Amino acid sequence: MKFSEAWLREWVDPGMSTETLVHELTMAGLEVDGFEPVAPAFEKVVVGQVTSCVAHPDARKLSVCIVDVGGSKPLQIVCGAPNVVEGMKSPTALVGARLPGGTKIRKAALRGMESRGMLCSEIELGLGGDADGIMALPADAPVGADLRDYLSLDDIVIDVDLTPNRGDCFSVLGIARETAVKSRKELSWPDLPAIVPSCDDTLPVEVRAPEACPRFCGRVIRGIDPAAETPLWMKEKLRRSGLRPISPVVDVTNYVMIEFGQPLHGFDLDTLEEGIIVRWADRREKLILLDGREVTLDDDMLVIADHGGPRALAGIMGGDTSGVSEETVNVFFEVAFFNPAIISGRARRLGLHTDASLRFERGVDPRGQRRAVERATELLTAIAGGRVGPVIEVADESKIPVRPPVALRRARLAAVTGAEVADREVVWILESLGMTVTEGDDGWIVTPPSWRFDIAIEEDLIEEVARVHGYDAIPETPVRGDTLFTPVSETVVPATRMARTLIDRGYQEVITYSFVDERLQSPLFPETEPIRLANPISSDLSHMRVSLWPGLLGVLRQNLSRQQERARIFESGLRFCHEAGEIRQIGSLAGLMAGPRWPEQWSADRTACDLFDLKGDLEAMLALTGAPEQFCFIPDEHPALHPGQAARIRRGEVDVGWIGALHPKHQVLFDISIAPYLFEIDMDITSEAVIPEYRNISRFPAVRRDLAVALEERISSESLIKEVKKAAGDLLREVRIFDVYRGDRIDSGLKSVAFGLILQESSRTLTDDDVDGVVQAVISRLERNLKAKIRD
Amino acid sequence: MDDISALLEKGRAAAEASASLKDLDEVRVRYLGKKGLLTQQLKQLGTLPAAERPAAGQAINRAKESLQGSLETRRQALEAAALDDRIRSQSVDVTLPGRGQPTGGEHPVSRTMGRMEEIFRRAGFSVYSGPEIEDEFHNFEALNIPEHHPARAMHDTFYFPSGHLLRTHTSPVQIRAMVDDGVPIRMIAPGKVFRCDSDQTHTPMFHQVEGLVVDEAISFANLKAVLHGFLETFFERKVQLRFRPSYFPFTEPSAEVDVSWGEGWLEILGCGMVHPRVLEHVGIDTERYTGYAFGMGVERLAMLRYGVDDLRMFFENDLRFLRQFN
Repeated sequence: MKFSEAWLREWVDPGMSTETLVHELTMAGLEVDGFEPVAPAFEKVVVGQVTSCVAHPDARKLSVCIVDVGGSKPLQIVCGAPNVVEGMKSPTALVGARLPGGTKIRKAALRGMESRGMLCSEIELGLGGDADGIMALPADAPVGADLRDYLSLDDIVIDVDLTPNRGDCFSVLGIARETAVKSRKELSWPDLPAIVPSCDDTLPVEVRAPEACPRFCGRVIRGIDPAAETPLWMKEKLRRSGLRPISPVVDVTNYVMIEFGQPLHGFDLDTLEEGIIVRWADRREKLILLDGREVTLDDDMLVIADHGGPRALAGIMGGDTSGVSEETVNVFFEVAFFNPAIISGRARRLGLHTDASLRFERGVDPRGQRRAVERATELLTAIAGGRVGPVIEVADESKIPVRPPVALRRARLAAVTGAEVADREVVWILESLGMTVTEGDDGWIVTPPSWRFDIAIEEDLIEEVARVHGYDAIPETPVRGDTLFTPVSETVVPATRMARTLIDRGYQEVITYSFVDERLQSPLFPETEPIRLANPISSDLSHMRVSLWPGLLGVLRQNLSRQQERARIFESGLRFCHEAGEIRQIGSLAGLMAGPRWPEQWSADRTACDLFDLKGDLEAMLALTGAPEQFCFIPDEHPALHPGQAARIRRGEVDVGWIGALHPKHQVLFDISIAPYLFEIDMDITSEAVIPEYRNISRFPAVRRDLAVALEERISSESLIKEVKKAAGDLLREVRIFDVYRGDRIDSGLKSVAFGLILQESSRTLTDDDVDGVVQAVISRLERNLKAKIRD
Repeated sequence: MDDISALLEKGRAAAEASASLKDLDEVRVRYLGKKGLLTQQLKQLGTLPAAERPAAGQAINRAKESLQGSLETRRQALEAAALDDRIRSQSVDVTLPGRGQPTGGEHPVSRTMGRMEEIFRRAGFSVYSGPEIEDEFHNFEALNIPEHHPARAMHDTFYFPSGHLLRTHTSPVQIRAMVDDGVPIRMIAPGKVFRCDSDQTHTPMFHQVEGLVVDEAISFANLKAVLHGFLETFFERKVQLRFRPSYFPFTEPSAEVDVSWGEGWLEILGCGMVHPRVLEHVGIDTERYTGYAFGMGVERLAMLRYGVDDLRMFFENDLRFLRQFN
């Protein structure tokens, strides 16, 4: 909320500078977003009146003016503004004046004519954006008066960011209350005399929804002067509150709203048929609002209607047909209390956000309606005259929110704040905030004032005491507590440990959005049902990622386009999908490798990386589980991956992920020029770790035997190793594949795989017979089960 | 005997002149081998009169020893020169870069979050995580944000057609942790959060670390101490804090915390005493237990710590940016 500091100071003089005031407000919980002077510094600018204005004899665009500035002698001023005319009043910078931006006004001669001063535009004074000509002042502006005094320019606009609980501060009154408490000064209420009616005119008011509108006040004012102008001081205060002056009736309602926080609405009485009915709208009833928009209402929206239909959307905005216009002479003021719950959300649903709805949603003082009517009447009649009818009030006191007393215990206050606040201080704070305080058994019984919608439980009061007493005054006390032992698992490899392995092997971690472009995702995962956002921020971030791959590929594309030719990246996070109607959120880790195997270097060639570079890194990571042998890679097909370079990763019997080269057709989709290799694993099962178990180390030498076999292409090395292990039995420590050959020296369709068997016994040295036995067993099993041929 | 001296001189000269160990060996064979010139002299001793033999034998042996000494000296010199040559040929430009690739690095947000976790773990906090797709109950209702509450509108929530939503803060993890493990509890919940907002200073996804302590006799004064301790540990220097009254539906009293930064103050986190209604929602006796909670933006802390001035850089994943944090 924006307001004028000078206006606030009419209500309370805190006896402090603007800077201190702003700090105190912030420290009271009314965060000051900013504050700035109404006008920049300038001096020696007065109200001047142009008493004569003739064309410059030697310059077509200049005028020679005689300007009365209230002194003994009028000044001759040469002026270039197109709008200067005889009789107008305008800000006049005297010789010696200093304007914003440092311009100094000197006596000068313009094309031979002497000029002693300058008539100023809004821009030259830093008062606005109008540079089309000199600024015109009202006809009643006192000639010779200092402009700063006349326009009260020595003022500051303060902008406060209010929290949703403090609807009571949406007014100068509300801010003044807080200022008074923080500065320990008294609030000075303006005189608010009850207006004595000068006519008997009223309007029938029927409230059919008293639970929604427990109090409705109104008043008829007849015969205002439609030509009346809002006085400058009011216009200025409104402008400084961020409101545009419009007409006396509208300006007065806005003024009272800013002053007291009570929204009002002024109807043109002559447009109303018979009387006012406050009722729920009918479903699909229509209303054209003040701003010209037609809205379709719902039956949980309250309207101010007459016998012809809805005339205003209660607490939100007036209607188009019943508003005041330039011809309005008879006015009906509506000042109501609407229950916050029945306003809340309605404006938003209609795409509206008004000063009135903002205040009603957060709670307007249910006892402030009569005061607001009187104030508005006083102000309007002072501006535009008129005959005043009696105040109309329809109220159902039983529906007006009550503020039950709340107990505040001395011990609880101390326990929650951790500070000692003296009893006297507690009572003073609460009473200053308008609460009624009586002694209770172990503390106080506190009744909040009508305007505080946020005080219902003990903590609400504790907060009030703490914030006024000052958070600064609360000490810092380290916690004392029992030692809490929390589980530290050794059976799970932390995700950060897995990540560290990749990082140490050259990978850069990335973090991409959890929502992706479905047009890029679905071609990779046509069989997975993604989760769609109902209100995505843009069409290319519309679906939750079913995999981390789309994000990684996006990062690769971005970086390739920025001349980064080599990438090793990974991401860990949740991926999302629908499975059997359930939302699944799966912790996942994915990596991508593309570009040359090594960074460009004097001693390495520029060979591109391949699947086995990536697989090696993945295997290093899987080995952290202490059970790398539990993982296997099964050749399989995946829509995202190259059919000849893809494997399903399993741990035991459970699928845990995929590794492979991106399918070449998707390279086009992602606009990627080089082949990326990808893996993704589900962390849940992958990260289960085996606690190491000690085994005796053999003191006897190991024996190695190398074999080469010719195999059909379709036989994977993994199945070869599996068969070898089964045949070799307990003596086998390790199988190492050290060569795979395809070419001239072997029939096509076959490959030669060479491997070493490492054999060892823990209790004795192996004999040649032992070793030959194992080798023979391996050979016969491979011949039998894999149709392998032993090569020499 | 002149013969011997002359022979020795010749032999020495030949040793000196040898350009390689092979040449040198030839000299040795020529003079000292079985049929070598000096060896021959020794064999001819028998032709001398007996009286001369001892002196002549001694002279020959001296000459042999002397030549052996010269050969040895020359051998050492040749070996040293050969080693020098080998070394010279093996020398490399040690200033060339080493083979292999540099290590990668954590994303700055992970790095910051990891650091925050580490600090809190050492202070006795446990680390919890929770789902990112949440329901209204955990994200709002249990946190005392009923439907139509103005605070809901301020959350710019992403919804799913099913009515689920993307969590707007990591506070729902509080609720899950208290339900699962009860109190006393001392926890943090780091993670991703989502708001339907995107501009210069907002990204639709960002990271938060939520903290919660519930125990007997936990006060606002404890909250002040823990946050001050955390921030000084995080920034590795003394900082001034300013606690400003604020409003969050799930804490009361609530505060926003500013940290002294340069000439002014920077808003850094929100916190407060856990609202009794939040504790009631999870069945905790509010008379016996009180607690505090806080939530801080990870990107915010990362920006301050590393001087990053554009939030959006974190999610562009430009490798040149990311490598700065390795």
